[in-house]
Amino acid sequence: MVQPLNYLKETPSQTAGPYVHIGLAPGAAGFDIYERELGWDIAGPNAEGERIRVEGLVIDGTGSPIKDVLLEAWQANAKGIYAHPEGGGEVEEGFRGWGRVITDFDTGEWGFDTIKPGKTPGRNGRIQAPHINLWVVARGINLGLNTRIYFEDEAEANAEDPVMNIIEWERRRATLLAKRSEKDGKVVYRFDIQLQGQDETVFFDV
Amino acid sequence: MPDQGEFYQRDRDWHPPAYVKEYKTSVARSPQYALISLQNSVGEITGPVFGHNDIDPMDRDLIHNYATAGESAIGERIILHGRVLDENARPVPNTLVEIWQANAGGRYRHKKDTYLAPIDPNFGGCGRTITDENGYYYFRTVKPGAYPWRNYVNSWRPAHIHVSVFGSGFVQRLISQIYFEGDPLIPLCPIVKSIPNQEAINSLVAALDMNSTIPLDTIAYKFDIVLRGRRSTLFENRLEGN
Repeated sequence: MVQPLNYLKETPSQTAGPYVHIGLAPGAAGFDIYERELGWDIAGPNAEGERIRVEGLVIDGTGSPIKDVLLEAWQANAKGIYAHPEGGGEVEEGFRGWGRVITDFDTGEWGFDTIKPGKTPGRNGRIQAPHINLWVVARGINLGLNTRIYFEDEAEANAEDPVMNIIEWERRRATLLAKRSEKDGKVVYRFDIQLQGQDETVFFDV
Repeated sequence: MPDQGEFYQRDRDWHPPAYVKEYKTSVARSPQYALISLQNSVGEITGPVFGHNDIDPMDRDLIHNYATAGESAIGERIILHGRVLDENARPVPNTLVEIWQANAGGRYRHKKDTYLAPIDPNFGGCGRTITDENGYYYFRTVKPGAYPWRNYVNSWRPAHIHVSVFGSGFVQRLISQIYFEGDPLIPLCPIVKSIPNQEAINSLVAALDMNSTIPLDTIAYKFDIVLRGRRSTLFENRLEGN
């Protein structure tokens, strides 16, 4: 026998289950318990940049929207800085860059208000197009799914983006593009997530 | 944190696969295409930072955090405690740990749960805390009951507490379930068995911890959580990939 490596093994994942709201969004489960629920405000009032709303559905392999999903967003500010000691600098006061939303129990729609992130540094000096990192958990999902929201109106930056470009199938890159529209004077990006089958969203092993 | 690089690759043979036919909901909710592997950049290595201003000290006491003053939740009083470590066995300090669970009768306080076991008026079922500088956490709660669910006609979840952990980087984000030593429902459960490796399953079972029991008051279970470790160097210079 060779020497043991002695690394610990990561705690294995399990599904978040249908009642994930109890722990992570108790107000939605039907009771108020915490003075401050976390994750409702991604950017805060002081954040610079374009105010946007991102919304969509999560659709299963039968084409049905799922209504018990929890999504978490992690993004940089308009200057491309993450709110973290290793995030590349200082961010505006109150800018957390992290958000948590759930799908509506009746319609399956989810959405969050934030600011459009800036370009961020990629590996080896390359630049990444503006994007929001997204983590998706739900009943029936055994290990959280990671994807990225890019913006269709950043065509030039998207074409140069190192992550977009490692997706061999160009057709699949389009599944990561949020579609821009305006609703009541507000900029809205539509990002539907297809879990399985035709036009399946690209998910990453990060 | 200087000289810390990428996270170790996740061992996806250790975790449950997306598609597990015996856990029926996973059938239509599992991607069919392969995941695209991505080397870490700044958005993967960083993650949200939480402080003690975000939560209240009482949030970790499920016996009392939803109880009327002077009352407490009904059930077997337990302490659930342990450490959050990374794969290098280093503590993960100041990280948010959130839990949720059914009450002692297996009933969730959720508008979608219609199981006939009653709600406990003094039990909410969620708690949260931030690990200390040594990665240590604890909760006080009641042991949850087993719970029937529509998978097979006669499927029962073992007693379990759901747990959500952050770590320092967003790619360490993890949700799992904590089971209890000796529960005969554990080997029968399709969700447990979504994990292919028995050793991995065992690592989700909290051990009875008599040393941490408070005599005449509360029994204790110990559960350590392990998050992905990090390489000790920053990005290599290899000009390839992403």
